[in-house]
Amino acid sequence: MSTATTATAGTAEPDPGRPRASFADVLRSEWTKIITVPSTFWTLLAGSLVVIGFSVLWAFAFTSTYDQLSPDARADVAPTSPMQIAFYFGMVIFGVLGVLVVTAEYTTGMMRTSLTAVPRRPVYLAAKALVLGGVVLVVGEAVSFLSFFLSQAVLATKDISGSLGDPGVLRAVAGGGVYLALIALMALGIGVIVRHTAGAVVVVFIVLFVLGIVGGFLPGQWGETVAKYLPSNAGSAILVPVEQSGVLPPWQGLAVFALYTAVVCAAALAVFQSRDA
Amino acid sequence: MIQARGLTKRYGHRTAVDHADFTVRPGHVTGFLGPNGAGKSTTMRMILGLDRPTSGDVTVGGRRYPELGAPLREVGALLDAKAVHPGRSARNHLRCLAQSNGIPERRVDEVLALVGLESVAGKPSRGFSLGMGQRLGIAAALLGDPPVLMFDEPVNGLDPEGILWIRNLMRNLAAEGRTVFVSSHLMSEMALTADHLVVIGRGRILADTGMRDFIDANATSHVLVRTPQAGHLGPLLAARDWRVEVEADQALRVYGASADQIGDVAADHGFRLHELSPVQPSLEEAFMQLTGDTVEYHAGGPARPAAGSGDGPPAAGGGLPQAPPPPPPTIGDDLHGGGHRA
Repeated sequence: MSTATTATAGTAEPDPGRPRASFADVLRSEWTKIITVPSTFWTLLAGSLVVIGFSVLWAFAFTSTYDQLSPDARADVAPTSPMQIAFYFGMVIFGVLGVLVVTAEYTTGMMRTSLTAVPRRPVYLAAKALVLGGVVLVVGEAVSFLSFFLSQAVLATKDISGSLGDPGVLRAVAGGGVYLALIALMALGIGVIVRHTAGAVVVVFIVLFVLGIVGGFLPGQWGETVAKYLPSNAGSAILVPVEQSGVLPPWQGLAVFALYTAVVCAAALAVFQSRDA
Repeated sequence: MIQARGLTKRYGHRTAVDHADFTVRPGHVTGFLGPNGAGKSTTMRMILGLDRPTSGDVTVGGRRYPELGAPLREVGALLDAKAVHPGRSARNHLRCLAQSNGIPERRVDEVLALVGLESVAGKPSRGFSLGMGQRLGIAAALLGDPPVLMFDEPVNGLDPEGILWIRNLMRNLAAEGRTVFVSSHLMSEMALTADHLVVIGRGRILADTGMRDFIDANATSHVLVRTPQAGHLGPLLAARDWRVEVEADQALRVYGASADQIGDVAADHGFRLHELSPVQPSLEEAFMQLTGDTVEYHAGGPARPAAGSGDGPPAAGGGLPQAPPPPPPTIGDDLHGGGHRA
């Protein structure tokens, strides 16, 4: 023992006698965690139903009122309009999943068990974020494309549907899944910081839903600029196929939202590292 | 082996663990004893890297916990039986843990069988009783077949059969040469299971010693004497520098003398003895003697100053005989004060 300690001090030299868990092991564990609780399934199902369902409903709303609309208003209806509105209502649910994967561990005490298994906290958090981001990206893309295609089927009855080949549409639809994945990651960060499910969900709701509405009431040029950069306004810019006034350019908007996500996650990692579990 | 050196944890002004030094060795069941709020759980959390020490450090097998490459293969811990996602099944809970440390998944079914949970392995743990939760926690601790095991209050919620099972389990684990560190407030249970003790009170390590040595050092054995002539025999024994206490029913507790010596004195003076029995102190008595003054929250009345208050390590370690504890009224005192107490 005393002869062995010389090698172990400071240098993290892999010792053949001591097995070492790899990042892939931790990833596999987080994957098992997320697919073995029913809440994951139900949350994803709820989010998917709301986004897809609202896309179809709004498509019906547009087609049924289209004949009464003024030419100006008709010009504002894009093939992606129904899903843009649907995302606004449904995205918070994907945020709830991001919150739950971590607050469920805090409220049940599972966090202590998890951190005794994986004591290097950045590794633990990175694996969790990767798995969550991956799951929501895949489901989010499916939801986004389904929302688009189903709403086009309805819009086609008034000849106002579009296709993925139209300018900016593929980017908007594919970007929608990425946006949902980023929302889940931001919510994960908020969950780590707040630790309580209800509190974290309220914060996510305020950041994604309330702030966007408040932004609409800000006065003047200054208010419009601020509103553009509010999280949900910046993020949902990716859903707009052709650049509009009052909205950031699509990629720039998504980049701003990704930056917010990165800041929240960095803050979460910092408090997670320093805090007692 | 677990080794703490100057381990300290402060929360604001409150010191939960105060310069703790102790060693938990392989091949023994080491009991971690202390009143509620003494710092047991905080210490265990620091060993597992969950709480960061304010100063000092603690190592497991020579390394700090976060440096362990596959910690579940080196340390198995049961901290909180219900630290499980209620919607996840027992088997999936263990699978998550096994995967995170590269432990083969067949081991999951092995430990489930070991703790007797196979029949409910597929059920969500929300329906588990406290005892089943405890068994699941123990299964998790055994998952990586680790050389070091820590159990925080493991018998909580177990039925008598379960208590016997875990007692044998811990003894067997120690007999296999593993390090077993178990906290409990159940003194009688600890006396049956542990052969080494680390005693903590108000965050300070009061003893780190063998079970027998601890009892011998902290509680004095005595001889119980019953005689119809207690009022005469008592002073006679006290005159020989033996400490004599009078029980409410006039029985005498004599410290510092053997039953033979007392019997001889009684015979020499022609006293009739109705009982003469040596009494071995229990772990509980020794514990109460040592920590009686360090219990954070006394039942009524303000806390008295800490035992061995002031500096220097408490004298209990190493099994050195201690000065007898401050006595209840003795015959000697009574003689000076005049008259007997009833």
